[in-house]
Amino acid sequence: MISYRRISKAVLLSSLLFLGASFAMTATAQDGKTLFSTNCASCHAVHKKLTGPALAGVEDRWPDKAKLHAWVKNSAAFLKTGDTYANNLYVEFNKTSMTQFPGLADKDIDAILAYIKTVPAPGSEKPAAGAGAPAAEGDNTLLFGVLSLILAVVALILMQVNSNLKKLANERAGEPNETPVSFWKHKSYITLGTILLFIVGGYLTTKGAMGLGRSQNYQPVQPIYYSHKVHAGINQINCLYCHGGAQEGKHSNIPSVNICMNCHLAINEYKGEKIYTEEGVEVNGTAEIQKLYKYAGFEFGKLWDATQAKPIEWTRIHNLPDHVYFNHSQHVKAGKVQCQTCHGDITKMDEVKQFADLSMGWCINCHRETKVQFKDNGFYSIYEKYHQDLKSGKIDSTKGITVESIGGTECQKCHY
Amino acid sequence: MEQKKIWQSFGELNQSEAYNKDVKDEFKEELPFVAEEGKSFLEAKAPRRDFLKYLGFSTAAAAAAASCEMPVKKSIPFANRPEDIVPGVSKYYATTYVQDGDVVSVVAKVRDGRPIKLEGNDLSPVTGGGTSARVQASVLDLYDTARLRFPTINGSEVTFDAADKSIADALKDNRNVVVLTSTITSPTTKDAIAQFLAKYPGGRHVTYDAVSYSGMLLANELTYGKKAIPSYQFNNAKAIVSIGADFLGTWLSPVEFAKQYATGKKINEKNPSMSKHIHFESVASLTGSNADEKYLHRPSETGAIAAALLSAVNGAAITGISNEKLKAGIAKAAKELLENKGAALVVSGSNDVNVQVIVNAINEAVGAGGKTINWASTLNYRQGVDADFAQLVEDMNAGKVGALLIHGANPAYTWYDADKFVAGLKKVTTSISFNTKVDETATLCKFVLPDHHFLESWGDAEAKSGYYSLIQPTIYPLFKTRQWQDSLLKWSGDSKDYLAVVKNYWSAKVGGETGWDKALQAGVINPTTIANPTGASFNSSAVAAAVAAVSSAKKGGKIELVLYEKIGIGAGQGASNPWLQELPDPVTRATWDNYVIVSPAMAKTLLNIDLNDNGQADAYEVNPPKKVVKVTVNGKSIELPALIIPGTQVDTIGIAVGYGRSENIGKAAAGVGKNAFPLASLAGASVNFSNADVTVVATEEKYPVALTQTHSRYDTAQGNRTEVMKEISLAEYKANPTEIREDREAELKPYGGLEKFEGQGTIYPVYDRPGIKWGMSVDLNSCNGCGACVVACNAENNVSVVGKPEVLRGHEMHWLRIDRYYSGDMENPNVVFQPLMCQHCDNAPCENVCPVAATNHSSEGLNQMTYNRCIGTRYCANNCPYKVRRFNWADYTGADSFPDNQEGIVNDVVLNMSDDLTRMVLNPDVTVRSRGVIEKCSFCVQRLQESKLNAKKESRPMVDSDLKVACQQSCPTNAINFGNANDKNSAVSKVRVDNPNRQFYVLEQLHVLPNVTYLAKVRNQDEEKKEGAHA
Repeated sequence: MISYRRISKAVLLSSLLFLGASFAMTATAQDGKTLFSTNCASCHAVHKKLTGPALAGVEDRWPDKAKLHAWVKNSAAFLKTGDTYANNLYVEFNKTSMTQFPGLADKDIDAILAYIKTVPAPGSEKPAAGAGAPAAEGDNTLLFGVLSLILAVVALILMQVNSNLKKLANERAGEPNETPVSFWKHKSYITLGTILLFIVGGYLTTKGAMGLGRSQNYQPVQPIYYSHKVHAGINQINCLYCHGGAQEGKHSNIPSVNICMNCHLAINEYKGEKIYTEEGVEVNGTAEIQKLYKYAGFEFGKLWDATQAKPIEWTRIHNLPDHVYFNHSQHVKAGKVQCQTCHGDITKMDEVKQFADLSMGWCINCHRETKVQFKDNGFYSIYEKYHQDLKSGKIDSTKGITVESIGGTECQKCHY
Repeated sequence: MEQKKIWQSFGELNQSEAYNKDVKDEFKEELPFVAEEGKSFLEAKAPRRDFLKYLGFSTAAAAAAASCEMPVKKSIPFANRPEDIVPGVSKYYATTYVQDGDVVSVVAKVRDGRPIKLEGNDLSPVTGGGTSARVQASVLDLYDTARLRFPTINGSEVTFDAADKSIADALKDNRNVVVLTSTITSPTTKDAIAQFLAKYPGGRHVTYDAVSYSGMLLANELTYGKKAIPSYQFNNAKAIVSIGADFLGTWLSPVEFAKQYATGKKINEKNPSMSKHIHFESVASLTGSNADEKYLHRPSETGAIAAALLSAVNGAAITGISNEKLKAGIAKAAKELLENKGAALVVSGSNDVNVQVIVNAINEAVGAGGKTINWASTLNYRQGVDADFAQLVEDMNAGKVGALLIHGANPAYTWYDADKFVAGLKKVTTSISFNTKVDETATLCKFVLPDHHFLESWGDAEAKSGYYSLIQPTIYPLFKTRQWQDSLLKWSGDSKDYLAVVKNYWSAKVGGETGWDKALQAGVINPTTIANPTGASFNSSAVAAAVAAVSSAKKGGKIELVLYEKIGIGAGQGASNPWLQELPDPVTRATWDNYVIVSPAMAKTLLNIDLNDNGQADAYEVNPPKKVVKVTVNGKSIELPALIIPGTQVDTIGIAVGYGRSENIGKAAAGVGKNAFPLASLAGASVNFSNADVTVVATEEKYPVALTQTHSRYDTAQGNRTEVMKEISLAEYKANPTEIREDREAELKPYGGLEKFEGQGTIYPVYDRPGIKWGMSVDLNSCNGCGACVVACNAENNVSVVGKPEVLRGHEMHWLRIDRYYSGDMENPNVVFQPLMCQHCDNAPCENVCPVAATNHSSEGLNQMTYNRCIGTRYCANNCPYKVRRFNWADYTGADSFPDNQEGIVNDVVLNMSDDLTRMVLNPDVTVRSRGVIEKCSFCVQRLQESKLNAKKESRPMVDSDLKVACQQSCPTNAINFGNANDKNSAVSKVRVDNPNRQFYVLEQLHVLPNVTYLAKVRNQDEEKKEGAHA
């Protein structure tokens, strides 16, 4: 028993130690990953030559770790020491000096090196199995339509049968039959038909007229198959990283090519799960990145001359009429409204489609229900009466001060 | 109380039949579908069948148009977005408006790479953020379709390289090179000219100003030994006497002077005091209209008046003046000047050296030097001496000029003897023009190398010595143009471009690169300490001769002539600008023309129009065609329509220069008015813009003039016109400060009096205004009617230009108009200007008559106008007591989908405004209105929304400095205050609290509850001229 206990103790201790050690190691690699992506990734990849050399095996190439540290921290100063390898490297990469990282401590650099070792070479990595396109949700409208049509035909037949039977019954009883009127001449049928036509026609006309100029679910094909799902969803890039204008001005700008190239200088291949177009055709992500490179005038592995870039002509999805003034920053910055509120779950859309109908009714509804940042934003301190009423309970605090209560549904808030 | 008669038009003064009919009917058009009398509806012009056809067609067309596919729009981002540019967010760059010597520091609002609006630069101590109508309009000149888009040789396009080569050949061994410019205020440009001329020995630089100040420059040289113009400090003056100097409108630096002048006119209610301004003039001017007292004289008497005033301030008797009124005026002016010694100022607009010498002597006698006149800093706006240019013309004709390089100056149009100049120019082998358009002079030049617009240029300007203003480009050059300084530098063999020159020059002075960046950001470089005014030693030896000269001057003939500049058009620079052409002249309220100004008395003798005769006054006033008169001066004659303007001397006529320009400079200038420059003459060393003996005969012809004075009138039993304006004399105001308030109280008594009027005067409820309530206050004492706000409003709010034919029909679209009111004597009345825009009534009569609720009220007190709801019934305009609503009678902006809506309906000028280039000036935050909708002042709601948003983003309450509406920003005199009236600390609240006695609402008794308050005009007049009662 005792020996067992001792053994178990030893096992427990050693496993704890091992666990702790491995935890410490993964922690380093984890830190290294973050550090790598924030500091190095814009110029280096692990297994690929970018603006700078591929970093796999860097430690073998730099036997003296102290030198490597010095190089990373201040490459220009290190070059002056006359190190042959460093100078050759400098020449090889068109005399582009490496950015200085005086802020990186030695252990940070080691963490990065540790991370580099953990990255498997391409090819050895197994792509994650694609979840596959979700089964299209059945649209039952057609089924219902067919069913109603069948039922209507059945009803008509039954009515005819009924009238024929009635006729026969009358004949048998010897009662006189009404002169038969064909049903398209029958007044009640005509009336019924007219009313039906009027209602259906009126409904369609009104709906059509109201829908003029609206384009909900508009999903044009873009010059580059750009997947928001991959960028904003899977890779969790903040919306405002690319659409920064949304918090500064009225337009939420489409990012310029240089914003794309911030990341795509390094990322030239798509290796994520398979993506499909709406039609179910598989999209070659890498080919789409090549399209971007064509616009950018960039050849992978070479230096990028940003002045060679040409703008990408995206197709505009969200269009408001000219007489509407809409300001993104009003909503995003002042109102703290989430992008998804109006644009839908963009992180799940490969190709973006217009989520809301962008009708005035839709705007107004939201303005009626949405609370403003009444207490948090100093601007509203001038609404002294409302503040008092909120305190005294005169205004329902659960409903709060909505956009409407401060005049947000008045004409000249959006039309001028 | 005695009813004071305030009137806008002669019909109103006489209460004529036509006037009374007119004011009841806002829209004078007959309905288009009206049936002819006695005919059945079927036979009418548009019978029922046609109506049904149109109905059917329009329904089908609408359906067809609607079923079209939605157009696919592209969204094209930058390839590389510059870090500091956010699409849709405006950037502001300090730069400087420069035109022929005029300099105003401005801030350009640049939206998505396009300058769309100019604002005054608050950091400039010279203009203090003020602007003028011409500054405001200059942004439109940038997008002028008539600009020359490439360099030319003999009219055909070449590249700059080719032009440089030919010019280098032409200038080689050229001995007599002359650089002819309008006044240059830029030190670096002067250096560049000097450097260029150094390469061509024997060359010289001649400065020529279309309307020169030679008289002043030479007089100052005689008496002070300086050929310069000192600074004036109207703000230090308690007594101002002007002998024909239109210093608020067109004289030297009107923006600066208007600001200074207004400080003397603003009233502190607790301790009311004002400067006194006595004005002598021959033809009604803006400054004369604002004067406290105005005396009329013949132009030929100018010298005599100056001499008499000099003898009066020296204590001697007034001689040489026969007119008793005038004599009394001179005595009064002398008395005021002497009483305010050391705080007195005399200015004169005369271009006669002798008159200016005498004026200098008067200023010395009243101690103006070092107080109201500052020699420490000179005004550099005009430096040309006419004699120099006359000599140049002689030299050219004598073949003594080898090459002539012209920038800015346009003597083929502005020189009185243009034919001689043109003849001389033909003898110059190498003529080069840098003008931006193929104007009258450039078209005669062999080489034309168009200069940039100032918004595309680098540069500097020293309008007032020691006060610099920098110019930086706000847009990439639109066309193949080049800064003319670059050309000069290139031709003088300098490898640096002008930007490098400017940068080096200033970096050395303001502390290197950082200093330069800072200066560029501020736009101005000011002296570190603003020195006190200093005088200069006066040499009186020339005075006696001057007095003798003016005393022996030729007496005037039967009728005399004055040529003057208009605020908008100037010496013709504004002629191609549609905004300026459509800006009603403050004095005559006429647009799109020049004309002969005659006095009511002369109208009787010359035109057979007796304004006291109802029928004749109506016939004159109601019908746009005015009688044409023929004016003959020294054998040259000009035929122009005659306008009757009270406040004009009986035997004097006035004609504005700047009209009758070549159609090459733009559609707006083509065929508008006639050129009056040939009527001037050279007298000694300076051009004389008046003539003492002219003949005027009436012709049989008539010519329509688009006068806006009789538009937008309103008169009913409920709202009588006379109550729109409140004016009072200072003496009366001092005697009874609460008079205006008492009047209001008496008037509102039946409805609860002043205090309870809002609640008791109506059956409507009184609404809460939580948060913000916008309010405006307009000080009529500060406002001088200059019209900067009208053009600023045009630019900010995409207000359309309608063209002369439409103005004739009363269709002008200005959201803000400046009404001109007369009171008193018909020959020499008091004039008051009142800016009138939508009053944003809290109980607005327009709102409850709109059948579709297109106009309604906001919780912030705005009277909102929603264009897309508007169906164009015009009920609102009909029901508006202020007549500030405007209807789009035609598709002025090209906003409609069908181009046919414009063709044949609007004229060329309006069509040109919807050119793709011109449309770049539009403010993208303001809807461009289409045909058939009403529009009106929105209190610049786009600015209000922006300022609120900025405050929200910073999580703080809004303050005054967040916001200036366009009219307020442009105003050189700060007459307009705007802000949140709920905020006790806002400027508008303070003005209202501080001025309870002068404050009034226009047509208050209607209980429309306007959100615009006015402060009554107080005129510094004595009791004997007692005016001031009002209804």
